Amino acid sequence: MKLLTNLTIFLLIISFLVDRKKTTLGVKKGIMMFAKIFPSLISVIILVSIVLYLIPQNLLLHYLGSSSGIRGYLFAGLLGSISLIPGFIAYPLAGILVKSGVSYPVIAMFVTTLMMVGIVTLPLEARYFGLKTAILRNVLSFLGAVVVALLIGLTWGLI
Amino acid sequence: MKINKTYLSDTLIIIAFVIFCIFSVFSGFQPGVIILKNNFWPFTREMIAFLPLMFVMIGLFDVWFPREKIERHIGKDAGMKGTLWVIILATLQAGPLYGAFPVAYLLWKKGASIRNVFIYLGAFSALKIPMLTFEIGFLGLKFSLLRTLFTVPVFILIAIILEKYLQDKQFDVQEPK
Repeated sequence: MKLLTNLTIFLLIISFLVDRKKTTLGVKKGIMMFAKIFPSLISVIILVSIVLYLIPQNLLLHYLGSSSGIRGYLFAGLLGSISLIPGFIAYPLAGILVKSGVSYPVIAMFVTTLMMVGIVTLPLEARYFGLKTAILRNVLSFLGAVVVALLIGLTWGLI
Repeated sequence: MKINKTYLSDTLIIIAFVIFCIFSVFSGFQPGVIILKNNFWPFTREMIAFLPLMFVMIGLFDVWFPREKIERHIGKDAGMKGTLWVIILATLQAGPLYGAFPVAYLLWKKGASIRNVFIYLGAFSALKIPMLTFEIGFLGLKFSLLRTLFTVPVFILIAIILEKYLQDKQFDVQEPK
């Protein structure tokens, strides 16, 4: 996170030196975007704070922890496939879940299916690409998410 | 309006929570104090500390790499170069996957290959820079790097499989009416 902050400040300075007007515009744009999502962000943090208090930690770990096995992956994948959560809400949520003990591979499964698989939007996708292609893409993406999650599980302890 | 509705529910949640917190702190209602001190405050502090900067980065990105400029390259370059352009285009965008379908249609109309259309969808879902900053912030650099590293070959492979499958099937991307 520190790296990211330093990088941003560094790029900001360079950008400012090259083109002051563009930089001001960019900063304004960014802050406007932040202001736009701010209420949603805060209310999600509120809801997650409450839900995490209400759900006993051992229950959460039982279903999504590192020892939950295949069930944890499947549960996370299913959740990711059917939900329509925007990323700016999904990542804070995922971050909090990790802090509560949910394992990284399970989170990877959730995040990847959330982004690549969309069961709810399948009818819409089918109108663009055809039903068969849409189903095929979603199935392949789900399998792909399993691969990504397993690879993260395999490599996590090594690095 | 959909947006107003979202803001309304957010505002209601926030107001209710503020009242709940004030009540909890003054009456010593333990669950409320724990939710506030152990959950809400640490979560929020972390986000406030670095999110504005992330958004500044996104804004800068937006002015230095306008989407229209990239879109001009799509379709003209075939093969690897074309692939690179659709990936760059995808990383600059934000929003849910279904927001990518209309763009995929445009790419197809502009002459992008089947493979590149699906690589675009894959990159859109896994490599968006605005989302990557969120991911790094909340899940850490290690997780984000590993996930990206593993996801890129996976979605390229998916696109290749789809292209192989669709090649002789008169595939077409259509605009829903």
